[in-house]
Amino acid sequence: MAKLRQAAIYGKGGIGKSTTTQNLVAALAEAGKKVMIVGCDPKADSTRLILHAKAQNSVMELAAEAGSVEDLELEDVLSIGYGGIKCVESGGPEPGVGCAGRGVITAINFLEEEGAYTDDLDFVFYDVLGDVVCGGFAMPIRENKAQEIYIVCSGEMMAMYAANNIGKGIVKYANSGGVRLAGLICNSRNTDREDELIMELARRMGTTMIHFIPRDNVVQHAEIRRMTVIEYDPTAKQADEYRALAMKIVNNTNFVIPTPVTMDELEELLMAFGIMEVEDASIIGKTAAQLAAEACQLAA
Amino acid sequence: MAALTREETEALIQEVLEVYPEKAKKDRAKHLMINDKELESSKKCITSNRKSLPGVMTMRGCAYAGSKGVVWGPIKDMISISHGPIGCGQYARGGRRNYYVGTTGVDSYCEMNFTSDFQEKDIVFGGDKKLAKLIGEIEGLFPLNKGISIQSECPVGLIGDDIEAVAKKAAKELNKPVVPVRCEGFRGVSQSLGHHIANDSVRDWILSNRDGVEFATTPYDVAILGDYNIGGDAWASRILLEEMGLRVVAQWSGDGTLAEMENTPNVKLNLLHCYRSMNYISRHMEEKYGIPWLEYNFFGPTKIKESLRKIAEHFDDKIKEGAERVIAKYTPMMDAVIAKYKPRLQGKKVMLYVGGLRPRHVVGAYEDLGMEVVGSGYEFAHNDDYDRTIKEVGDATLIYDDVTGFEFEEFVKALKPDLIGSGIKEKYVFHKMGVPFRQLHSWDYSGPYHGADGFAIFAKDMDLTLNNPCWNMMQPPWQEKPAKSLLKEPVVYEAVPKAA
Repeated sequence: MAKLRQAAIYGKGGIGKSTTTQNLVAALAEAGKKVMIVGCDPKADSTRLILHAKAQNSVMELAAEAGSVEDLELEDVLSIGYGGIKCVESGGPEPGVGCAGRGVITAINFLEEEGAYTDDLDFVFYDVLGDVVCGGFAMPIRENKAQEIYIVCSGEMMAMYAANNIGKGIVKYANSGGVRLAGLICNSRNTDREDELIMELARRMGTTMIHFIPRDNVVQHAEIRRMTVIEYDPTAKQADEYRALAMKIVNNTNFVIPTPVTMDELEELLMAFGIMEVEDASIIGKTAAQLAAEACQLAA
Repeated sequence: MAALTREETEALIQEVLEVYPEKAKKDRAKHLMINDKELESSKKCITSNRKSLPGVMTMRGCAYAGSKGVVWGPIKDMISISHGPIGCGQYARGGRRNYYVGTTGVDSYCEMNFTSDFQEKDIVFGGDKKLAKLIGEIEGLFPLNKGISIQSECPVGLIGDDIEAVAKKAAKELNKPVVPVRCEGFRGVSQSLGHHIANDSVRDWILSNRDGVEFATTPYDVAILGDYNIGGDAWASRILLEEMGLRVVAQWSGDGTLAEMENTPNVKLNLLHCYRSMNYISRHMEEKYGIPWLEYNFFGPTKIKESLRKIAEHFDDKIKEGAERVIAKYTPMMDAVIAKYKPRLQGKKVMLYVGGLRPRHVVGAYEDLGMEVVGSGYEFAHNDDYDRTIKEVGDATLIYDDVTGFEFEEFVKALKPDLIGSGIKEKYVFHKMGVPFRQLHSWDYSGPYHGADGFAIFAKDMDLTLNNPCWNMMQPPWQEKPAKSLLKEPVVYEAVPKAA
């Protein structure tokens, strides 16, 4: 039995982390791997495609009902879905109240204490809310948790900013613990030269673009049925893409302490690929009226 | 005369600071001064109200302590909810010995602990629903409460519970004041900010509640501000004020009620005992209602007489005569106290380290007994407190701000006081060093110390402590040689003389 590998998936909100994670995990399960998904997002939508459910009962939700987390048993919160995949959602408050970060910490501690990390598991995947906004959302990458991190991104400017920022967060924990960046997953938005751009960003951050997932409507078709592509249409071309990603992750040995780029470097990269306009210093801080006046003067 | 000369005190400060790393030494040096009565302002001599240094032992409390423990807690007919985990409320319950008249659990609640007892799920999902439920339960179980305050503990500020919304809704439903107080412990550098926050919440939610409501005033209406009735202090003060012809409309907040506080804008003069914890509301009432305020000091005969005359100055001849009458009545009693205890306390040296007003206010009482304050300091004072202290203690007296455990011990070893007046955290350290000690926050288990009655008890307590034969018995019988005292020279106390 190989050693349990724990991986965390980060990336800008809305980039497709949960969809990618679930499809990837389904591909791993199809290949005979034993996998658990831990959703670390108060929205609790990290397991719905595996369980064909709207949203699974989360640890924190059940704890609130029962009185405290100590009143729960593991089987209350653990559901088994497609391919024997174990699913847990940490859950948390509705937006605007309480502390979702603390919910993640509590839920993961609970899983550890209750022995959810069994010996037969090959992989645990943590699907984490958009950004590492506080200590709670860094919980999955602290010591003895996820050792490898995959960042989902696309060729859009903000997705790349976010990826680079997450890289900065990893550096902090990489130096104190054993966590490493394992690669960028490009979830295509069909922007120009997207693959080249992400490969270049990955190179500069000291890692690789582990896989390029093209855009395909079959993902949406599967999603409205609350299914992964792997399960909905195993023959689809897109299913092979997720299988390819899964195999690359299984065979991945390229774990690095990232070298996030500076803001200037990132902007220069975006300009080189035409995502961002070359900065015109003469227009900074000028209102439309001022610019119009200047244009008049030039014309005169 | 101070225990040491100015030069010796300066050398002592340097010696004590020597153990600190460079940065800490530089910082702590600013918090230590040698008094010079000629100074007009303390600004150039001492820094105060700054963050304590990491790594030192500080005696300070937090903003919650200042709001719940000091200002709000003693209001007897209001219920203060400690909103957060259980510890803060449990350890801030009744410890300050704020006496009150009433039936606990029926119409008075000071010694009880009301808390939302936060659990993990309250942190994650927010505690406001629980708070609303708790307020409903309070109303059902304790219907005679006149109002409720919500005292925020640290986590409430971190998770952003909207206690204001809960308070507004509950106030409407109950038709009683429900006051949200944002006194999370991590705010500010000490309990001092908690006093300010509490004052502001009283201002915003309580003070104007009866504006425009008819109130039968007299020309002699006053309020006692900043007296927390520790061991009955406010009662002993009230006797003097009432006998001189004043009508005490309100006590803030020891043995105080919500109605008294709401009626305070009708008084003619606010009498302020603890300046530090209630100057804010005094200034506000001066601005909004034009009520002047006056600091007074009811510790020891000299200050009592001075204060009574100063208060009378604000009123007509009837009150002025009343003040003289009160002074004439109580002087023989207080003189008898001095006659009895001064011979036993004469020349004894005292070091103080207390909170808001006592490091300067009790100096006169000790001097009345022939004792001398050789060192004094505050946990959480601001510079306006030190401005006032300069005038009260002698030249070359050592003054220390937010003193560290180490500094305090070293100063005691060097100044060799006969008595230390400080708090519970300091008490046993000095007991073990063989130095007589009185708690000057809670009066140990005694009090009152304010007023004429209080002075008699104060003098008796100091004598009982200082001249207690136990200090001669510090050597355990199994030690052949006398125990090597931590003091450079062991303090030797004479046996108690026969009572005069």
